[in-house]
Amino acid sequence: MPPDFIAAWLNKNEIFTAMTIMEYWDGLVTTVQLVFLCLIIGLVFAVPLAILRTVKNPFVSGPVWLYTYLFRGTPLLIQLYIIYYGVAQIPGIQDTFWWEIFREPFYPALLAFTLNTCAYTTEIIRGAIISTPHGEIEAAKAYGMNWFMRMRRIVLPSAARRAVQAYSNEVIFMLHSSAIASVVTIVDLTGAARNIYSRFYAPFDAFIFVALCYMVLTFILVFAFRKLENHLLRHQRPVGS
Amino acid sequence: MKKLMIAASCALAMFAGGAHAEGRDLRIAFDVPYEPFEYKDENGNLTGFEVDLAAAMCEEMKANCEFVIQAWDGMIPGLIARKFDLIMSSMSITPERAERVLFSEPYYNTPGGWFGPDNFSADVTDMDAMKGKTVGVQRGTTMDTFVTEEMTGIVTIKRYTTADDMVLDLEGQRLDAVFVDYPVGEQTVLSKDGFKEVGEPVKLGEGVGVAMRKRDKKVAEEVNAALRKLKEDGTYDAIMKKYFAYDVKV
Repeated sequence: MPPDFIAAWLNKNEIFTAMTIMEYWDGLVTTVQLVFLCLIIGLVFAVPLAILRTVKNPFVSGPVWLYTYLFRGTPLLIQLYIIYYGVAQIPGIQDTFWWEIFREPFYPALLAFTLNTCAYTTEIIRGAIISTPHGEIEAAKAYGMNWFMRMRRIVLPSAARRAVQAYSNEVIFMLHSSAIASVVTIVDLTGAARNIYSRFYAPFDAFIFVALCYMVLTFILVFAFRKLENHLLRHQRPVGS
Repeated sequence: MKKLMIAASCALAMFAGGAHAEGRDLRIAFDVPYEPFEYKDENGNLTGFEVDLAAAMCEEMKANCEFVIQAWDGMIPGLIARKFDLIMSSMSITPERAERVLFSEPYYNTPGGWFGPDNFSADVTDMDAMKGKTVGVQRGTTMDTFVTEEMTGIVTIKRYTTADDMVLDLEGQRLDAVFVDYPVGEQTVLSKDGFKEVGEPVKLGEGVGVAMRKRDKKVAEEVNAALRKLKEDGTYDAIMKKYFAYDVKV
């Protein structure tokens, strides 16, 4: 039960009723699910892909380069259209088990977002890997570490420290990019705002409220990443602080 | 100076007299093509349901009418800037438009139509049969309002910005049926193989009205009187039968 002054305020306006607040809440849950899942899956695949991308053999690094080039070189909206509408046009797809997955808009959107964020994350991690100081690698070699052990103990931990700031930007961009999920009928935060806007013809109320929701989510992300950076980069702090 | 003033007042009197001699001058705007409401036939002549109705209305009002082509985006701005005096281009009466223009009484209302694949067999008015089905509508239309009010919780409602996207999803079997403005559905869904009408058309909303400037109250009275006359004396029905197989009269 909300406090009296909120209940009184809710009674006075016709847009923020219990029903529309619930629509926004459902939208928030969808947005968070979508963004969280695509970021996790994208990150899991990005680490091995980034390592493959730094390999000297062009037959190994070439395909990864092509993948990141394709997905960073085209707009996410186009990727989403191709996956959502394109897949439905494949003859006979409706009779296969794939259709169980692609029938709902959530999974095509998740796939498009994952492929997109994975491409960007791959390049972020690759950049961090290739900027590992040569001295660290030579020292590791001098200790007799093989390639696998060097990666695990030296290169990846220090790359993670260098990548975390750029990656926090990618996470925030992904949150905002997820707004386009509403074009394929997903009722995420933006989808809820569009539905409510078209019902009440009140663009300011509907969209400013949803903008505030995104800002709160961004604030939480920024806060979490600052904590993470403080933790990972604590060796760089001046002594005694 | 005195001469000039006399000359000016003479000219004014002549101008005013000329305008009143044979009734009002009216310019009516249409956005073409929007079949079957207004479009150009193979000879390039403007024709269609609203064009014929406008011509009949002008005759009834004894007005000198000129038909103007205007793209949809500039409709209301053009009206307010006096580029023309009436809009008869399928403009639905909505509260937000009524803030800016004066609407006549509605002169037609196309129903919402139910369309689906040939194997769709449920009765769209039977809520038990519709349970669990996925229905597509265009966001913000009267069809959206109807489905949202009557069928929330029974069917899954998918809202689209354009009819094209919606028809793609109907073809891709993501939707069981769509509920869309009848003429739009007739052109986009029924023109494809394997699709049919799956329910009776439903009349929704206030309909389409003639839009005028807010200050032209006198014109609005004449337009309403003329439209009422046409609806009563059978002229309206004759024009309607020429273009529609179903009832659009309000």
